[in-house]
Amino acid sequence: MKLRTLGYFVRQAWYSMWRNAWLSLAAMASVAVSLFILGAFLLLAFNVENIARTLQSNVEIAVFLKVETPRQKAIATGEAIRKLPGVTAVDFIPKEEGLRILSQQLGNEHDLLGALGGVNPLPDLFRVRVSDPAEIQTLAAAIASLPEVEKVNYGQAVVERLLQVIRWLRWLGAGLILMLGLGALFLVILTIRLAIYSRRREISIMKYVGATDWFIRWPFLLEGLFLGLAGAGIAGFFLYAGYNFLVQQVRLALVFVPLVTDASLIQMSIWGLVAGGAFIGIAGTYFSMRRFLRV
Amino acid sequence: MIQFFNVSKIYSPNIIALDDVSIKIDKGEFVFLVGPSGAGKTTFIRLLLREELPSRGQILIGGRSISRLRPREIPFLRRNIGVVFQDFRLLPDRTVAENVAFALEVLEMPRREIKPRVEKALARVGLTARAHFFPHQLSGGEQQRAAIARAIVNNPHILVADEPTGNLDPAIAREIMNIFLEINRMGTTVIIATHAWNIVNSLRKRVIALERGRLVRDDREGVYGYEA
Ligand SMILES: Nc1ncnc2c1ncn2[C@@H]1O[C@H](COP(=O)(O)OP(=O)(O)OP(=O)(O)O)[C@@H](O)[C@H]1O
Ligand SMILES: [Mg+2]
Repeated sequence: MKLRTLGYFVRQAWYSMWRNAWLSLAAMASVAVSLFILGAFLLLAFNVENIARTLQSNVEIAVFLKVETPRQKAIATGEAIRKLPGVTAVDFIPKEEGLRILSQQLGNEHDLLGALGGVNPLPDLFRVRVSDPAEIQTLAAAIASLPEVEKVNYGQAVVERLLQVIRWLRWLGAGLILMLGLGALFLVILTIRLAIYSRRREISIMKYVGATDWFIRWPFLLEGLFLGLAGAGIAGFFLYAGYNFLVQQVRLALVFVPLVTDASLIQMSIWGLVAGGAFIGIAGTYFSMRRFLRV
Repeated sequence: MIQFFNVSKIYSPNIIALDDVSIKIDKGEFVFLVGPSGAGKTTFIRLLLREELPSRGQILIGGRSISRLRPREIPFLRRNIGVVFQDFRLLPDRTVAENVAFALEVLEMPRREIKPRVEKALARVGLTARAHFFPHQLSGGEQQRAAIARAIVNNPHILVADEPTGNLDPAIAREIMNIFLEINRMGTTVIIATHAWNIVNSLRKRVIALERGRLVRDDREGVYGYEA
């Protein structure tokens, strides 16, 4: 393709876009909205995953022994836990220590043991740290099956809830994006279809004088690409600005929420939007051309 | 040279637009295509332009079968055939010169080559003075001249016209026919489908007559031969 021809195509696409300015704008906005939501869901999913991962890597397994377990067996159980693969540290907190911590929390002058009738109701406790958070579930199960162990607790509820949220988010996001994406695609198809329609005389003459099919198609492809990329640009801008704002607010207010600020991840999301916009634009044009531009 | 070998065109379900037509048109000929409405004249032209494929038979142009052309090759066939229609088909938002130039621009011809060609084509149809007018500022005859200029600007070997004078009064029609004759004199094959019986009768050129899709007459120096 000659450079001059490329310029001609770009000009044609540009004029054509302005000729149906309102529809072009609607198509762009529609692409922008669906891509913005796509990006928002991507960032949300990244963050929830990140939070889940942070929580997971912080959790330890709390192992409660049966209350009546003799000290000797308790220590033997601790050894058994220590020998399990993937366990990095085991802290033993005997029941006396547990009671001391508890009464400290309640206030020192309180005679907790006396109030309990001289019987310590607490079990012996191990705090177990593991090398790989992903292994925590299997390890917890292995520990739970030891004979002296009453129960184990590793904050599974929180982590599992988060994982559930992620799954749910994925479905919701996919559904919503599919719907909005189809809407955007439809508007692009409509815009290009109208563009083809308003240039039908020119197209017919081009065919008669022997313009090649691709010469006729290129301006429409470019127009579709413009629409898609403009939509992606708008979505990317608002997403980037909005996310930066959010990160700053969270940093001030909710220091403990670990938001993703990895620049490469955000960049990747934005490139994803650009690719999505280009795809919607070109796919829309393709469908329009197949149906309305039999060259 | 254009050759039709037993060409039939059947539109679905069973409209026979052309029925077993065989004909040969030599390079440089001037041919009128006549016949009552619905006889198949427009169909004949559409087959020639490869807008339609024949249902049966072969069409050769310059010895090449045009049914065998791949879709990519069709534009290059059309660059060799200029077309003129009854309704001119000029682009309303471009001047005469721009309309004519358009036919070359879309073939990616360099601008400096386009300009002299457009000027020459406009001179051949006598429209130099109207080069920068828009179609709505022209009379019907002038619009048709502009359309002819556009059809010949790429120097096609063949020029076909489908009722080019159908919208024009007889005096203007005669002027337009003279332009076609002039173009033919420079070596271009000219094929004109027409109902303008008085012009056909006075020029005594080759007349090919179709009736209900059949070739019924092919006279060297023919007449229109139908009730006007
Ligand atoms: N696309 C089409 N589909 C179905 N039938 C068609 C089609 N085009 C033409 N026909 C039929 O084919 C026959 C020949 O039509 P054609 O247009 O070739 O006639 P014509 O000689 O050009 O007539 P006119 O002088 O009125 O222009 C007619 O009966 C017409 O109805
Ligand atoms: Mg006709």
